[in-house]
Amino acid sequence: MMEKPSVFQERVLPVLTILFALLVIWYVAVVFLNAPFERDTAGRAGTTITFSEILPKTMFQQRPVLPAPHQVIAEIWDTTVNKAVTSKRSLVYHAWITLSATLLGFIMGGVLGILLAVGIVHNRAMDRSFMPWVIASQTIPILAIAPMIIVVLNAIGISGLLPKALISTYLSFFPVVVGMVKGLRSPEQIQLDLMHTYHASKAQTFWKLRWPASMPYLFASLKVAVAISLVGAIVGELPTGAVAGLGARLLAGSYYGQTVQIWSALFMAAALAATLVMVVGLAHTAVLKRMGIKP
Amino acid sequence: MNQATDMGALIAAILFWLSAWALNEWLVRRTFRSGVLNRTARIVVPVLFGVSILVLWEGIVRGFAIPSVLLPPPSMIWVRLIGSVPILWADFQQTFLKAVITGYALGCGLGFLVALAIDRSPFLQKGLLPLGNFVSALPVIGVAPIMVMWFGFDWQSKVAVVVIMTFFPMLVNTVSGLAAASHMERDLMHTYAATWFQTLVKLRLPAAWPFIFNALKINSTLALIGAIVAEFFGTPIVGMGFRISTEVGRMNVDMVWAEIAVAAVAGSIFYGVIALIERAVTFWHPSVRNARTV
Repeated sequence: MMEKPSVFQERVLPVLTILFALLVIWYVAVVFLNAPFERDTAGRAGTTITFSEILPKTMFQQRPVLPAPHQVIAEIWDTTVNKAVTSKRSLVYHAWITLSATLLGFIMGGVLGILLAVGIVHNRAMDRSFMPWVIASQTIPILAIAPMIIVVLNAIGISGLLPKALISTYLSFFPVVVGMVKGLRSPEQIQLDLMHTYHASKAQTFWKLRWPASMPYLFASLKVAVAISLVGAIVGELPTGAVAGLGARLLAGSYYGQTVQIWSALFMAAALAATLVMVVGLAHTAVLKRMGIKP
Repeated sequence: MNQATDMGALIAAILFWLSAWALNEWLVRRTFRSGVLNRTARIVVPVLFGVSILVLWEGIVRGFAIPSVLLPPPSMIWVRLIGSVPILWADFQQTFLKAVITGYALGCGLGFLVALAIDRSPFLQKGLLPLGNFVSALPVIGVAPIMVMWFGFDWQSKVAVVVIMTFFPMLVNTVSGLAAASHMERDLMHTYAATWFQTLVKLRLPAAWPFIFNALKINSTLALIGAIVAEFFGTPIVGMGFRISTEVGRMNVDMVWAEIAVAAVAGSIFYGVIALIERAVTFWHPSVRNARTV
């Protein structure tokens, strides 16, 4: 009889193996990318340096080409735990700035997307004329014009959270529209006919059939939307003169060659994205459970 | 006097918009007897919508006398576009032809090859798929400053950013596409004594095409965005991202919009070409067949 493989063997072990391999590759890359700098300094000092002497030095450079993982972790630990949350040196403070813009943009984008989808499903003219432009709107690289939006909105006195949130909104409404249109149209003809025989009004059909049927689609798109609205918020922070936020940390780091700072901001952004997607995923399971659908 | 003509422009624009809307309402409700007319109507409706938006934009900007620093009217952008073709062409060459196309081809090709390589090892697949999905959700654009530091200011660093951005969507989609062929079909190939390579070319790759093209389409927009944003972190004095960020600083907003128009058209054509190739390659897929018969 075949035994069912455990969750650990099936899912955790492969991922851990790959992660471990990546870590090893990272450390090897650290040695090779940072070694030339050590040879240069040794060469300038007029001494020769052996490989075994280079090896430990590459791990603790001030401004390495590629910081070692433990350096990044130390930097993250230092800037989250050892600094007050309100301090401008705290990564938590910057992450919070980015997060608030992300969430505001995500909520606005989600609501806008749902409203547009409802309009598109119920109005043929809107469907035919609007849908192609919704798709075309995404070929405009909005991230590329983010600096202009920020600067222009600043010029008329709108600054702070809202401009960044608007960029996130623009990015996140699209997946929601596409997903929701699909979802609101997912009830089959036979189900719509049943509603018709019940003499259900358009509103009743919407709330009792179309809306519940669209939930899986909605959450699938919301996952994409939340990830992309974080990207929007980060890019929105690039041109503001590097004041605050994860994007500003990236830019400042790249100006001053602080690679460790760039990497730690990058890791923070990754953690933020993972958390946001996970929260949406949890909401998804909770809603489906409430509706009595087994996920 | 001037005020009056401005208001006139606004009213004319609103009238045009309303009549275009009414025409659209009428067009979508009507079915024409001949198929050609029907197809024309399908194209006319969105085009009319787009034109009316442009007219409305022009009317509002003129009517309310919005300063062109905030939002230039489309006519001004068009004049600027025509007047600075050489600059725009140089930027297009630098960003699109060099960085985007090279990075796109390398990233997608690499993703595809790695997916093929791990195809025979279920263990690697199980390890890489969740990670690939995870990385796809990350703000990968953040590696741009690092790449600029490593590969220098010129287009090579932009290529690197584009490669990283396009690699994971391609990997994830190809792997799930290669798993799309059903067991029955694979068993059939097995009874034919087909080799791994024959099964791949005759069964699994054709079944995977819709997934692969999905990734190619996603990547076409990602690549352009990646290249432009990477230019914000340092670039020689040419390129679309460079032009946008410097002209914003000089408050030449019409030039920025001209550059955006170029980017949007380039992105749309890029996407359109891939969609056309997809239609030709996956002609058997239900979504393509349905679109053709309607």
